[in-house]
Amino acid sequence: MALGVLDGVKERLAGKVQEASVSHGVLVLELAPPEVLATIQRLKSEFLFDLFLDVTAVDWLGQSPRFEVVYHFYSTAHRVRLRLKTRVPEEDPTVDSLVPLYGSARYMERECHDMYGIVFRGNPDLRPILLYEGFAGHPLRKDYPKRAEQPLVRYRDSPGGRS
Amino acid sequence: MAGKTIPIHSASAFEYLTTKKDELVGWARKFSLFPYPFVTACCAMEFMAVSSTPYDTDRFGAALPRFSPRQSDLLMVVGTLTHKQAPILRKVYEQMCEPKWVMAFGACATSGGFYQNYAAVAGIDKVIPVDIYVPGCPPRPETVIDGIMKLQDLIARSKHPLLTADF
Amino acid sequence: MNARLPNPVRSAFTKTERDDAVIVNIGPSHPATHGTIQIIAELDGEKVVRADAHCGYLHRGFEKECESHTWHNLIPYVDRLNYCSALVNDFAYCEAVEKLMGIEITPRCKILRTLLSEYSRIADHLTCIAASLMELGAMTAFLYLVMIRDFIYEHLADLTGARVTYTYGRIGGLARDLPAGWLARLEQILDEYEVFVGRVHGLMDRNRIFIDRTRNVGAISTAEAINWGFTGPILRSTGAPRDLRKDTPYLAYAELDFEVPVGVNGDNYDRYYVRMREMDESLHMIRQLVDMLPDGPISVDDRRCTLPEKRLVYTEIESLINHFKLIMEGPQVPAGEVYSAHEAPNGELGFYLVSTGSGTPYKVHVRSPSFVHMGGVHRLMEGYQLADIIPTFGSVNMIGGECDR
Repeated sequence: MALGVLDGVKERLAGKVQEASVSHGVLVLELAPPEVLATIQRLKSEFLFDLFLDVTAVDWLGQSPRFEVVYHFYSTAHRVRLRLKTRVPEEDPTVDSLVPLYGSARYMERECHDMYGIVFRGNPDLRPILLYEGFAGHPLRKDYPKRAEQPLVRYRDSPGGRS
Repeated sequence: MAGKTIPIHSASAFEYLTTKKDELVGWARKFSLFPYPFVTACCAMEFMAVSSTPYDTDRFGAALPRFSPRQSDLLMVVGTLTHKQAPILRKVYEQMCEPKWVMAFGACATSGGFYQNYAAVAGIDKVIPVDIYVPGCPPRPETVIDGIMKLQDLIARSKHPLLTADF
Repeated sequence: MNARLPNPVRSAFTKTERDDAVIVNIGPSHPATHGTIQIIAELDGEKVVRADAHCGYLHRGFEKECESHTWHNLIPYVDRLNYCSALVNDFAYCEAVEKLMGIEITPRCKILRTLLSEYSRIADHLTCIAASLMELGAMTAFLYLVMIRDFIYEHLADLTGARVTYTYGRIGGLARDLPAGWLARLEQILDEYEVFVGRVHGLMDRNRIFIDRTRNVGAISTAEAINWGFTGPILRSTGAPRDLRKDTPYLAYAELDFEVPVGVNGDNYDRYYVRMREMDESLHMIRQLVDMLPDGPISVDDRRCTLPEKRLVYTEIESLINHFKLIMEGPQVPAGEVYSAHEAPNGELGFYLVSTGSGTPYKVHVRSPSFVHMGGVHRLMEGYQLADIIPTFGSVNMIGGECDR
């Protein structure tokens, strides 16, 4: 039942997909960045993947292209999950935004942009969401040092109790 | 505000008067604390527990939370302070009127807890002065009550100038 | 803001469309925004025209911390995501790692994890309902529910050592087995729960003021809800019986007999009632699980992840080295990635783990239901009154630790 849907997806999208595999019960598709929006549109309309679960990125520092943008979808009708991956280079980490298809994409893409610097072309609002105005850099990238703080309020001269 | 403790031996009548006044005002202030629960994270669960049965801060006079800094005198910072939240904490602290006390509730407020990274401030005392630190992750309600009682001792021992800097 | 203190956010709108509209700021230090959400709302009189929710005030860098700790060291961090029901986070994370390692947990562990997940679900729903009712003024209901929640906390402290954040799950099993008398006390607590929740039902369900404040407020349709990513009780309150425990069963849920309560309108009253009914269903499941509990070990006997007994660590060199390597380097998880989701009290809680074969993760990402709900919460507030923001926000049950990670 569930696997039947996944096989159907694999078959019908064969031309667009670079690689397809099943990992722990989830179908994984790998695509090139320009194919992403059109494929997801078909997944939503033909295969009923109506719940957009998550978008995040993995920083493969040292490899080229450096970033791997990972999407997860769920079909409430068929009760299966699907993972979609695409690689974008460091010089131009741009993917199409899913805001025209799913309302929940707004905040999730903002977070991915905050943390990794992935630019979502078509998202009208890429303000910082988990970080704050004035924060320089993208902390989840592997070359951002974990303890590099950027305080907004000047620290007191004598930390501790009342001086 | 918290100041020097009162010396035991003092000769003049004026000092006898101020000592008694300080004891009276200290007694009144320590049993009528109005907390401002600046709640951020998991310690909020224990804050809710300590405010209700069976631990009950009402027994100590510290039951009524006032969610306006103008109307409260005990700023309880409950949970982790992040850099994004730090300006808000500083602003709330500055808006409170004297006398005011600050309680760092929990390990994250005391020292940053185990979040040692770009996002969390390593203890609220980097941003505002603190009177009492209550450790725990989250602290048991008994620990919080112990903290409130120690703060009450501190208030009882302090000088409370009302009219001038000396009296 | 004060000229010396910088403003950490930029609002989506600074000008109002009409001259007589006002922009107000709610939060981020506000009793009813559960700590750390800022809502900037444009008001036309009392009616909310536009709302912009800002989160991130509790962003503690969980995902960055993960990359410098071993797989075991993360369990305390994972607890503090949804801190109202910390055990669910523990077990969801441990299951994701176990999937990557190819470990199958023991039957006793499976039943215990299910039981404790449902127990945590009760604690979370109690907290959510108690807080929302208190914000509407129902102080008595708050005290009743928090009293039961306190019994649950003390009971779990008997088992795990802590009241709120337990760190009880382990990769391959659990930290320790049930102490003597634990199940008897569980039965007592469930009986007391029924008494107290009966009283709250009596106070709230047909209460004219409560109904006026919550019926048809914050309503959303199923299609809208799925578009904006709502899962969990919010989606179920719209009428869609979507529950991962039934749709894609995990742990021992396939063997249990329970119903999935759904609402009618998707408004605040439905969310309150769906949560109350879910607690009752959890109770029913816990009673079944107590009968189903088998004997046996709670941790799988696998050297790759389970710490050996202390007695052996002190006497045998192999156990000593095994213990040392597990603590210092972490369990070696084979390279790969996995996405594993549980039905947390707020919705679908998913862990996306990427491993490159070592004892520390390459990436851990949490698909947190609260964060996705924050993206859609403005749809629940727009068109309603300013005072409706409070019950609506309370019924969404945004937990800061999970939302901002």
